[in-house]
Amino acid sequence: MIASNLQQLAEALIRKTISSVELTQLYLDRIARHDHQLNAYITVDAAASLAQARWADQRLAKGEGGPLTGIPIAHKDIFCAAGWRTTCGSRMLDNFVSPYDATVIRRFAEAGAVLLGKTNMDEFAMGSSNETSFFGPVRNPWDVSCVPGGSSGGSAAAVAARLAPAATGTDTGGSIRQPAALCNLTGLKPTYGIVSRWGMIAFASSLDQAGMLAPSAADCARLLNVMAGFDERDSTSLDRPTEDYCREIDARQADKPLAGLKIGLPKQFFGAGSDPQVMRLIEAAIVDYQTLGAEIVDTSLPNMDLSVAAYYVIAPAEASSNLARFDGVRYGYRTPVYRDLNEMYSRSRAEGFGAEVKRRLLIGTYVLSHGYYDAYYLQAQRIRRLIANDFAEAFRHCDLLLGPTSPSTAFKLGAKAADPVQMYLSDIYTIAVNLAGLPGVSIPCGFADGLPVGLQLIGNYFSEARLLNAAHRYQQSNPWHLRLPPAFAE
Amino acid sequence: MKEWEIVIGIETHVQLATRAKIFSASPTAFGAGPNLQANAIDIALPGVLPVLNKTAVEFAIRFGLATGSDIAPCSIFARKNYFYPDLPKGYQISQYESPVVVGGELAIQVGKETRIVRLTRAHLEEDAGKSLHEAAGHSPRGKSGIDLNRAGTPLLEIVSEPDMRSSAEAVAYARALHALVRWIGICDGNMQEGSFRCDANVSVRPLGQRDFGTRREIKNLNSFRFLQQAIDYEVCWQIATLEDGGEIEQATVLFDADSGETRAMRSKEDAHDYRYFPDPDLLPLVIDRAWVDRIRAELPELPAAKRQRLVSDYGLSDYDAVVLTSSQEMAAYFESAVAVAGKSNAKICANWLMGELSARLNREGREIDATPLSASQLGGLVARIADGTISTPVARQVFDALCEDSGVSADEIISRRGLRQISDSDALEEIIDAVLTANRTMVDEFRAGKEKAFNALVGQAMKASKGRANPHQVNELLRRKLS
Repeated sequence: MIASNLQQLAEALIRKTISSVELTQLYLDRIARHDHQLNAYITVDAAASLAQARWADQRLAKGEGGPLTGIPIAHKDIFCAAGWRTTCGSRMLDNFVSPYDATVIRRFAEAGAVLLGKTNMDEFAMGSSNETSFFGPVRNPWDVSCVPGGSSGGSAAAVAARLAPAATGTDTGGSIRQPAALCNLTGLKPTYGIVSRWGMIAFASSLDQAGMLAPSAADCARLLNVMAGFDERDSTSLDRPTEDYCREIDARQADKPLAGLKIGLPKQFFGAGSDPQVMRLIEAAIVDYQTLGAEIVDTSLPNMDLSVAAYYVIAPAEASSNLARFDGVRYGYRTPVYRDLNEMYSRSRAEGFGAEVKRRLLIGTYVLSHGYYDAYYLQAQRIRRLIANDFAEAFRHCDLLLGPTSPSTAFKLGAKAADPVQMYLSDIYTIAVNLAGLPGVSIPCGFADGLPVGLQLIGNYFSEARLLNAAHRYQQSNPWHLRLPPAFAE
Repeated sequence: MKEWEIVIGIETHVQLATRAKIFSASPTAFGAGPNLQANAIDIALPGVLPVLNKTAVEFAIRFGLATGSDIAPCSIFARKNYFYPDLPKGYQISQYESPVVVGGELAIQVGKETRIVRLTRAHLEEDAGKSLHEAAGHSPRGKSGIDLNRAGTPLLEIVSEPDMRSSAEAVAYARALHALVRWIGICDGNMQEGSFRCDANVSVRPLGQRDFGTRREIKNLNSFRFLQQAIDYEVCWQIATLEDGGEIEQATVLFDADSGETRAMRSKEDAHDYRYFPDPDLLPLVIDRAWVDRIRAELPELPAAKRQRLVSDYGLSDYDAVVLTSSQEMAAYFESAVAVAGKSNAKICANWLMGELSARLNREGREIDATPLSASQLGGLVARIADGTISTPVARQVFDALCEDSGVSADEIISRRGLRQISDSDALEEIIDAVLTANRTMVDEFRAGKEKAFNALVGQAMKASKGRANPHQVNELLRRKLS
């Protein structure tokens, strides 16, 4: 059962070869058996999940199933779910039980999915290794001495070890694509604005976008069909006609399925700085794409080198304001002893936030300060526009862009924890996509020394269907994504 | 001793009378139990997002159109960041660099003179909640509570240029603004409930000096009287300080209504760095011409235009026109009364409305919208005064009777009580003959040259007719009979 994709699971449920309760229990058992090695989940509530599964079985019995009815899905603990503890990986929200559902959670519930549990993550999604979580680091199922990537590291580890068939994530600077790459998963960061941010705890509002991590591109397309859609509660949500993101995947397989597709190789993705083993696999994948009929062209994103610097101004600036609400006044952590209001604030926040969060709040506060705003924040916004223009220029003569997702495979726990700049550079290939608001997907393209390597495809705005189809066609002939980490294959 | 010039600019927080808050669907009604009107957005739960209330924008546009301002085709909501327990998000959403309304002006009436105050801008923002502090004696250390009902209430902050030169002008400006925002229906104007609050920026400079002096800002003045008192006190304090050789430091000050004094709350040095930046949760506010045109078309006749029309159409004085346009209700009442009484009787309508009726409303502490007699009742009464059916003293009786019964007309009262003025000479002659017979002494006195006795006889005749006699005719008949 754990080797089944979402379509197969849905069919099995409809044919009643398995019930939702059985399927949910199967995954709950796997979590109970394996998660002590991974720490992928922050909260599991078997009773709540099974209640939802029973309800799903009733609907299935009446033939009322939706696209995901009865399928257990894990959610990154950044999504508020009514009645569930929602921590965002922070001590600040250790005791916070959400009274409401995020739109993403609601849409999954409406599609019949079962909420399997809330996955671990870097604190407030700030990190690339899942080591900043208040609930401890998550480990990579392919090598438990390595990180799974971050910030959606819990979701990545859970799906990679098949402690969930699929999971949601959020991607502010690579937080879906990088852990997907490091854990041998397909991870999609959609176009900014097509998935509602309502109920998704904000890190950097102009960059945050919900997406998913699953074994295959076809799974991602099924999930995106559920997640995407206009939401009047999110002013940055885009009101556009509903799309079927599976339509190209479901179309008949041709001999050269990607004939006519132009894939650009931005030279900035192919310079020095990446692990040569990673680059060899990327080069091999380029050849595979040519075999599938795609035309490969050279291109350039001249300002991409500035993306990490711009990102580390804009994201902390927004975060410094977004996280101001965590003040100990109304909910969340409050220091037990304080003499006055200022002490309550400073101690609650000093004790409630971890080091990386505090570092970014300080950076963000600094760059927005009087006298520095123009030099940092406004300058970074200008760079952001330049980067978006670079992509626009590239998409004038390419349909998709291709490159590595991450410069290296999974690194050891603690290896970069002491050096924030090294850590920030793990997102060097993903950040520009967020700055431009474009969709990007990471797909498995092989292994280096037993660790997965991810290939990144970037599309123009709203090109998810084409992007996922390009990923799917590759996966049809290069099924790296079907490999399971040996320790969790049983 | 130098002569000083006073310079005042006013920032007004006008609470917009929308049903829902500016970024959430919570109701804005005043007076609910603490936190009963605060939803997930208002208390800033993790993950919530603001959605702009279009009605608040429409109200801002209405204001801009009513003051001849420019409506910005694109304006930006920013975050003003600071920590305070009644500010749930840790930032206030407010327009900063690009406001929705730019420029414009407001005519104010200072005594008999009309002056123009220029407006700098008006921008949309959300209000904060309220902190409630328990008296320190109540528990060892007084506790504080937070009520977030007001958090997220839409405000239009209207900023004037420093165009006012006296506390009287400042009050006239505040009154005109207050009347206008009520007139165009964007604010209930309730100052006790905080729907209209003024901050006054006050400075003084030697007469003839071009540069402004250093200003101090008096915060949160919620009555016209306090505005005047606070400015007067502040001006005296600033002049005294300067004349003693001191300097004014830029500061924010509070007005203590009990002592009548202003005192500094914070100086420029400890001013916050609000770290403004555009709110990434909200798109730029784009207003197209069609939207503005639609709102323009729906706008009521504005007070200035109506004032002009009252003067030209009805021949009223400027003063009458100003009083009758103090509120839309007042103006509507007047025009309905005139519609019944007839256009030629507009002045009599104005006199009764501004005299007898206003006095009665004042006495009873009511506004025109809670009037005891309808405009058509008053109009009917005026018509009967104008055509001579009743005399003025009788009209007062009828007025009182109308106030007691909203379902009855002046004509019904007049006929039911037989109050029709007696203009019939025979009937009047009868009354006068009786009066002359009964008051021989007075007649003798008059004949002896005492003019006063004549008035007494008129009074007797009026009394004998129960006020119904036409005084003019009584006068004439008496003169004839006594000559």
